[in-house]
Amino acid sequence: MSMTTTPSLPAAAVPGRTIAAWWQAAPFTLVFALFFLTPLTLIVMVSFWDFNEYELLPGFTFKNYVSIFAGCGDASEGLCVTLKTYYSTLKFSFLVWLITLVIGFTVAYFLAFHVRSSGMQTLLFVLCTIPFWTSNVIRMISWVPLLGRNGLVNQTLMGMNLIETPIEWLLFSDFSVVLAFVHLYTMFMIVPIFNSMMRIDRSLIEAASDSGASGWQTLWNVIVPLSRTGIIIGSIFVITIVMGDFVTIGVMGGQQIASIGKIIQVQTSYLQFPLAAANAVILLAVVLMIIWGLTRLVDIRKEL
Amino acid sequence: MTTRIRETRPASFWPLAIVFALFVLFMYGPMFVIFILSFQGPEGGLTFPMRGVSLHWFAKLAEGLGVVDIGAALWRSLGLGLAVMLCTVVLSVLAGLAFRKRLAGGNTLFFIVVASLIMPSIIVSLGIGLEFRLIDNGIKAVLEWLGMESALEGYGTSLGLFTSALGAHLTWTLPFGLLIMFAVFNRFNPAYEEAARDLGATPWQGFAHVVLPLIAPSVVGIGMFGFTLSWDEIARTSQAIGDVNTLPLELQGLTSTVTTPSIYALGTLTTVVSFVVMGITLALVWALGRRRKGHSG
Repeated sequence: MSMTTTPSLPAAAVPGRTIAAWWQAAPFTLVFALFFLTPLTLIVMVSFWDFNEYELLPGFTFKNYVSIFAGCGDASEGLCVTLKTYYSTLKFSFLVWLITLVIGFTVAYFLAFHVRSSGMQTLLFVLCTIPFWTSNVIRMISWVPLLGRNGLVNQTLMGMNLIETPIEWLLFSDFSVVLAFVHLYTMFMIVPIFNSMMRIDRSLIEAASDSGASGWQTLWNVIVPLSRTGIIIGSIFVITIVMGDFVTIGVMGGQQIASIGKIIQVQTSYLQFPLAAANAVILLAVVLMIIWGLTRLVDIRKEL
Repeated sequence: MTTRIRETRPASFWPLAIVFALFVLFMYGPMFVIFILSFQGPEGGLTFPMRGVSLHWFAKLAEGLGVVDIGAALWRSLGLGLAVMLCTVVLSVLAGLAFRKRLAGGNTLFFIVVASLIMPSIIVSLGIGLEFRLIDNGIKAVLEWLGMESALEGYGTSLGLFTSALGAHLTWTLPFGLLIMFAVFNRFNPAYEEAARDLGATPWQGFAHVVLPLIAPSVVGIGMFGFTLSWDEIARTSQAIGDVNTLPLELQGLTSTVTTPSIYALGTLTTVVSFVVMGITLALVWALGRRRKGHSG
């Protein structure tokens, strides 16, 4: 192998190098072909299959899609189950996105622009990332002793005579679901936004303030647009996670709150794979539309 | 607003510092609560007050929680985590090297990797579950066609820890591994490799003696990413695991059935494992960095 490469030639010009590169990338590519592309293709395929209690029946039918949207055309009946579920899932996504964006941006901004020594910056950044390395379920159930009926919050409030009876909506509610999501995934906002902010040329900010821009003006007209990439990446992460989630909503919602992910999970446990596949295809379409819209929205603003 | 040094802190510093402190408290507070509560006395419950301090609930945990064999699940998760770690390191480094050269279709591959990273996990999981069930059907049909009745009866499923679950985890860990490799090679100075080549090193020698030692700390980091991401993974494993469960999946099931502080003890235990892995990794990275400095100095 060594005999064929002449040291003076640049790597890319050596014939055979491209092929060698492909051999190196092949195992990696194979994993994604086997465990990502093939499964996605199969989902689309199986979403048009029929099924009975025992087995999948290959074929081509719209039955699954029709049954998912059964009753959705009738406005007088209110929202059908599927639309209700999407409404609730989208509501969680929006709330969690908004809250994690505000917190994530503020924390990243503080770290990037207000912490002066780079050692301190690294230390505080690592401090934020450590909880990310512990189990998500553990982080979820760690709210139970705080928010439960006899939890710390209720005990404290009752001890201070602020409330007579325990607040019931703290746990196993929309509130606890959103709280857990924010607790789990704000990191996904902080990291990319911080990353973008660290790349901003500091002289631009000085130029803004020299030109007489107020703090808010600099923030809004210089820092936010330049953190754009980080904001989009973080938003895509958070939204796709919440849209597909069934674990957090299950545990923190006391198994009472519906989400698309949960519907898919329940359907697979009853071996209704074609139905679950059809739901997955719809979910995928919705998520892709959101991502598309998100990148659109920001690109347009950038051009203005 | 200004970032100039040696000026007084801007007025916005303190409010922001308070927000940051509250955020850190928000991140760590609940975890400390369950850490403390896992040492609850034998009469204590899931919430405060503490009724004594003991290791009672750790002992209960060792005896097992209901029908769940925690020890077996722990070993399964460890085994899978190590396999994922190994595959992630090897495949990411290889792919990282490939992307440095002219790689036909590299853009498409990168797009697929990013798509995998942001794909809702339940979809990936469902797809892999389906794939292996269809493989099962195929194998059964072949066995039937061959008339191998005994093999057909003994056949369970191809879904398993080191087939479908391993693949599911890799679709989650490999994107991180590749992105880290990109970050590493963006800052990598190819002059060292050229020097090695000029001195007559074979490509393999160049890699083993020059490139690998230089990127070693990051490679260890990729390993840590691989292990810890696998160790906590639920969503991608949920439909792709087959008959047995990993520790986080068992834990998820236990949240609705176990009503004693044993579950906090389990939480403390898994957190300790995560931190031990992190500690070992950081120590390794530090040692590798020191060795490198020692050599150059």
